[in-house]
Amino acid sequence: MKLKIYRYNPSQDQKPKMQEFDLGETAPGMMLLEALLQCKNSDESLSFRRSCGEGVCGSDAMNINGRNGLACITSVADLKQPIVIRPLPGRPVIRDLIVDLSGFYQQYRTVKPYLVYNDPKPEVEILQSPEDRDELDGLYECILCACCSTACPSFWWNPDKFLGPAALLQAWRFIADTRDQATEERLASLDGPYRMFRCHTIMNCVEVCPKGLNPTSAIGKIRQKMLKQSL
Amino acid sequence: MTIPKRQFDTLIIGAGGGGLRAALQLAQADASVAVVSKVFPTRSHTVAAQGGVNAALANVTEDNWHWHMFDTVKGSDYLGDQDSIEYMCRAASRVVYELEHFGVPFSRLDTGKIYQRAFGGQSQNFGGAQATRTCAAADRTGHAILHSLYQQNIRAKTHFFDEYFAIDLISDDKGFILGALVMEIETGEPLLIEAKSTLIATGGAGQLYRTTTNALINTGDGMAMTLRAGIPLQDMEFFQFHPTGIAGRGMLITEGVRGEGGFLVNSDNERFMERYAPNAKDLASRDIVSRAIAIEVREGRGCGPDKDHVLLKIDHLGADVIKKRLPGIRQSSITFVKIDPIYDPIPVYPTAHYTMGGIPTNRYGQIVVPEKESPEVPIPGLYAAGECACVSVHGANRLGGNSLLDILVFGRAAANHIIGYLKENRYHRPLSQESVDKAMQRLTRWDDKSPGESVDEIKNELKKVMEDHCSVFRDKQVLKDGIDKVNVLSDRLTDARLTDHSKIFNTARVEALELENLMDIAKATVVSAHAREESRGAHSRVDFTERDDVHWLKHSLYYLDGQLEYKPVRTKPLTVDTFPPKPRVY
Repeated sequence: MKLKIYRYNPSQDQKPKMQEFDLGETAPGMMLLEALLQCKNSDESLSFRRSCGEGVCGSDAMNINGRNGLACITSVADLKQPIVIRPLPGRPVIRDLIVDLSGFYQQYRTVKPYLVYNDPKPEVEILQSPEDRDELDGLYECILCACCSTACPSFWWNPDKFLGPAALLQAWRFIADTRDQATEERLASLDGPYRMFRCHTIMNCVEVCPKGLNPTSAIGKIRQKMLKQSL
Repeated sequence: MTIPKRQFDTLIIGAGGGGLRAALQLAQADASVAVVSKVFPTRSHTVAAQGGVNAALANVTEDNWHWHMFDTVKGSDYLGDQDSIEYMCRAASRVVYELEHFGVPFSRLDTGKIYQRAFGGQSQNFGGAQATRTCAAADRTGHAILHSLYQQNIRAKTHFFDEYFAIDLISDDKGFILGALVMEIETGEPLLIEAKSTLIATGGAGQLYRTTTNALINTGDGMAMTLRAGIPLQDMEFFQFHPTGIAGRGMLITEGVRGEGGFLVNSDNERFMERYAPNAKDLASRDIVSRAIAIEVREGRGCGPDKDHVLLKIDHLGADVIKKRLPGIRQSSITFVKIDPIYDPIPVYPTAHYTMGGIPTNRYGQIVVPEKESPEVPIPGLYAAGECACVSVHGANRLGGNSLLDILVFGRAAANHIIGYLKENRYHRPLSQESVDKAMQRLTRWDDKSPGESVDEIKNELKKVMEDHCSVFRDKQVLKDGIDKVNVLSDRLTDARLTDHSKIFNTARVEALELENLMDIAKATVVSAHAREESRGAHSRVDFTERDDVHWLKHSLYYLDGQLEYKPVRTKPLTVDTFPPKPRVY
């Protein structure tokens, strides 16, 4: 199996280069993360983030044959060779496949991604019907891997002004939660030409989300809610 | 060189559920808190917990904390400390309601209350009918909890040092721990974080084994740091093998699958757990189910071409239940073995899962060490919570659903104790330069450019040795050979070198530091296991098949130099009567 991997170490390289790795025959059912770990075994300077190896921690997001995804749940058998691996697009590269996600996290924090409940707290749980809880399915499962936002042209052009699909999905996750008491403030903070309205429903986010979530639909729901509020 | 310095009231090392629950409590009490984590907080391994968190909310069946306490003591094979267990089970409902208030999207019952499911080793009325006690957000409870805790910490304005690796604890001349030397991974530069109190919440060491449910980051860093500070590790011989990892791969398939009605079968299509645990069957405790699977395979009743696993059947639950309650493990099964459990059973085998042992603490999270007459003297200002700690609520075998509970209850308890400690210790103490220099040496040792063996090879061999010599079944000779082999690997590691000496995001250097940590934990585990000549909980000796309460109802303490000591189990609960040791049947 052959891979071509983006390499760049700012302390020694003038510019990035692609390095080829040949792993020979590989075990059936191999995931891309295992292949990368083998590459690292032969060249320990190859750097990438990784942790859980099962698609729940969101560390090993990268651009795989032109498409963002998680290495640990991408089967190499399904990939055209040589497998071309690059860092997530549109973010500053720190080294090799590791990009600077601080702006991405900042946009996440901007939407105040936490439940706001101002009434005195009950001694037991705040009740929520199963149907109301169902509204959170497809929202709370986000693992902040950044595959979606770094695949979004609107986010590439305005990463500091447009919140991006991941943050907006979380904005809707709290608006949609019947327990949350900050809907008006949340909607008001999303108004304006950039924060949310830079979404042009290109739907790259939906295309790449490794958890099968749909930020575009969440953004649509926020817009509907805004419209209703303003009527 | 001058190392830059930051000062905080409290340093928390680790941003999993334990660290974040503590950080939140402290930040809400207006303490200045620094949380250091080698990964972005939501990538900590709590995120991978699936099935749920135990609390006797009684939302589904009648329940109370005392029954939960009994199950936990029995599950621990009577090695758990009953004061800590009472404390945890009493606090459970409150911490779960708090979580719900923090925003955790628990699944719901028709009543609008938190959904609870059955889990292994849990009963009503002190060993009676199966209890329904495990509070769940589908099969992604850890993810839901970790993200909510991180989110509330954003709100509370906790200071995060994301992608900083803790090198070692630092102290003053009198031995007070005053924070840690850490390394910013992105720049490779050291930073001193000075703190009046330090909480270690670095999780377990599942990377000791080749096949494991644990993330690559679970290298026991905090445990090893504590050992190097002269503090022993407790009960390290007790390592949990989860009965249902995906065979050959290790990904976790939650016990919640059996809680929802799934069951195990062997090659004869027999529900073999009925033979091993006539009452609880597939919901017996994990040590028992893991051994049963290993025996089935050893006796030739394994499934598949190599007869090396058993099958976990859930197709009878129906597509709706599986999609609603178990969507995550369905996806894992499809991704990793191309099996959709709606139609076909999942191949499973026991897989390394949880470090029951760890840094000895009391129920306030204070790290305790033996001193002269007393077996448990707290070290001022130094705390541990979660999987890296040994309170001990899990004793020789942890119950499913009790690990999320442990991190929440004792993360919170440690924070509350720290708040009191900070009131009486208002000023930073001067650091010992010697201690800083020593910590720096750990880092600079890897700058040596002379030739030497690579780290990766030694790591792979270590995991193989642990799997071959310190697994589900153990005996004296196998363990002795294991000690010898680990010692050889440990010597080889001293001569290992890096080829990559660059500073910026050097993951090879981080992995080398992690392997040094793992190596010490491996020794602790295999040496403690070799010494304990009985079978209790997860520690199963084929040469000493019975539990021996006369000689071995005691905690082991392993020191860095390889010495072992023992201390008594705290068998007296806080308010109720002791549960005396009894034969353990399910």
